[in-house]
Amino acid sequence: MAVVEVRGLRKVFEGGRARRRRAHGRVNAVDGVDLATAEGEYLVLLGPSGCGKTTLLRTIAGLEQPTDGEVRIGGHVVNELPPRARRVAMVFQSYALYPHKTVRANIVFPLKAQGIDKAEWAAKTEWAAELLGIGALLDRRPRQLSGGERQRVALARALVREPSVFLLDEPLSNLDAKLRASARDELKRFQRRVRTTTIYVTHDQVEAMGLGDRIAVMYAGRIRQLGPPVEVYDDPADTFVATFLGSPPMNLVPRDGVLVGFRPEHLLPEKLVHGDDRLVVPFQVDRVEHLSGDRHLYGTVRGLGAETRVIARLPATVTAAVESGGEHQFAVHADRLRFFDAGSGERTDPVSVRTGS
Amino acid sequence: MTERSLSPPRGSGQGDAVPPQAPAPVDLRVRRRFADRDRLLAWVFLLPSIGYIVALVAIPFFLAIAFSFSDVTAGDPSFDWAGLRNYQNVFDDPVFWRSLRNTIVFTVVSMALIVVLGKVLANILIADFRGKWLVRFLVLLPWTTPVALSTIAWLWLLDSVFSPIDWVLRELGVIEANMYWLGKPDLAIGSVIVVHVWRLVPLAAVIMMAGLVAIPKDVQEAASVDGAGFWRRMFEITIPLTMPIIAVAALFGAILTFTDMAVVYVLTRGGPTNSTQVLASWAFFRGIEGGDVGQGAAIALFLFPLLLAAAIAILRAVRRMDVS
Repeated sequence: MAVVEVRGLRKVFEGGRARRRRAHGRVNAVDGVDLATAEGEYLVLLGPSGCGKTTLLRTIAGLEQPTDGEVRIGGHVVNELPPRARRVAMVFQSYALYPHKTVRANIVFPLKAQGIDKAEWAAKTEWAAELLGIGALLDRRPRQLSGGERQRVALARALVREPSVFLLDEPLSNLDAKLRASARDELKRFQRRVRTTTIYVTHDQVEAMGLGDRIAVMYAGRIRQLGPPVEVYDDPADTFVATFLGSPPMNLVPRDGVLVGFRPEHLLPEKLVHGDDRLVVPFQVDRVEHLSGDRHLYGTVRGLGAETRVIARLPATVTAAVESGGEHQFAVHADRLRFFDAGSGERTDPVSVRTGS
Repeated sequence: MTERSLSPPRGSGQGDAVPPQAPAPVDLRVRRRFADRDRLLAWVFLLPSIGYIVALVAIPFFLAIAFSFSDVTAGDPSFDWAGLRNYQNVFDDPVFWRSLRNTIVFTVVSMALIVVLGKVLANILIADFRGKWLVRFLVLLPWTTPVALSTIAWLWLLDSVFSPIDWVLRELGVIEANMYWLGKPDLAIGSVIVVHVWRLVPLAAVIMMAGLVAIPKDVQEAASVDGAGFWRRMFEITIPLTMPIIAVAALFGAILTFTDMAVVYVLTRGGPTNSTQVLASWAFFRGIEGGDVGQGAAIALFLFPLLLAAAIAILRAVRRMDVS
């Protein structure tokens, strides 16, 4: 049984002035979303800002009322239920700790609010604090904590009442880059241990790829693709997913009404690409960037379709000399090519691509 | 595109006059404008308010202290040292003690009501509903009207014969005969408190509204996801987080009630038989209308230590509650 399921969910925001001037300022924040999470699953909602991912999460939490459609938690329609009755726990982007309460009081608050027997408070608080390694901080106040500690307190507060689902709204975005990596690892291990279904909202593809059992890529209020990280990365459903995921994004070369796409790491010097189905293309390199060991080559390819600027990513293990300003023979495996309709951006059937060399 | 067009165009004036190779040793302070000179500006901005406070607060205050030890009257303004005689007379007068008690009772009761009702009103004002601006406007009216004017309106509302309140109550069958709101000591005290509350609740509500709006929305949302209902959110989140600002509203309510004499003066003139007399009105009746300036000053000075104590107590309470 799906822990959380949404069916045909729509959320329309009326702009402030729209009430008087009508029809203007209407925003379809969530525009027909169907989604179901499996038991214990880590589902990531990924998309650029304004794509409706946070609104979707807030609608599941009950903080927003859907304009249309159903939200089901544990098989029951919860549209009419207030947030407190939905048995969900949410971690906010800002963590939203109660600033006037100690860490302990913050963690106890959900227990108190749920009317759980006072005798159990201490044990449950200890358990949650232990699990997140914040036992020593229980008597501090939120403003005496670092960003990472606050995040853990927010998680402990969410965890302590044993919800049926965790809703996490960009919980890592307020941490600095270094802390973010370790916090990501912690989050994943934490969820493995408690095995609670989690819906995680982020705009960061690294977080999404690293954390998600499945990723739902959202854009303009719709889910563009839903699948495991590898599938979303390797087999993008359309050009939006193809270019949103991956850094640098997928190269798209126009050719006879289709777009030929390939990932930067698959465009390699000719002598590194073996096999009969390789396509050799001349690559005019005009700029080289060294990024954490990899080399990013910016330039123009000819022969694959229209002349297009593309990016190639050479891993650190490739030592072939490539200097900017020269033309080099590069190659791609044909089975690495993905084809998209130039008009709609949807995936299409492969077409024969012969570069003639 | 030439190199030249990549650099910003230069005016013919300063760019040419000072060659960049050899900067002349100029005093860079000439580049400061008047508005950049913070020390000077500080004095310029402070002076008017200092002048104002000295002229309208400090001088009258010390004058009052001087008068309270003198025999100055309206008819004989010459200053003669009278020692503690004025204080002696004041202490021997039961009306003074009555006024002191009334002042404290009025202040405490109206402050409590102002805080509670102001809080309720603030919650109504931040709610989103149709015609919100009209409600806000109407609510703020009592506060913007001069006290003396609005009290005159109340004088009519509470009139012994023509009171519309009595009329409504009579029509509803709640009372049989008129209440004489301002004619009976207990009702008069109640009436004065009601008018104070009525005129200060909007101010308190607006102050507290600012506090409510400043609470991060996601803290409220976190509480509601955590399972808290309206009352728990109110008492465990909203009120603790706005406590400093509630204290400020209380302080304003207290001081404005404590020091006010207009309501009592217009409504009851301290009556019946001095049962609603407060320090401010009693000082006025004694010192100005009665002409005994010395005694009036002595009475009025009793406001000072009480006000000071109240202000310190409340400000300390605010500082001790660290909320951030």
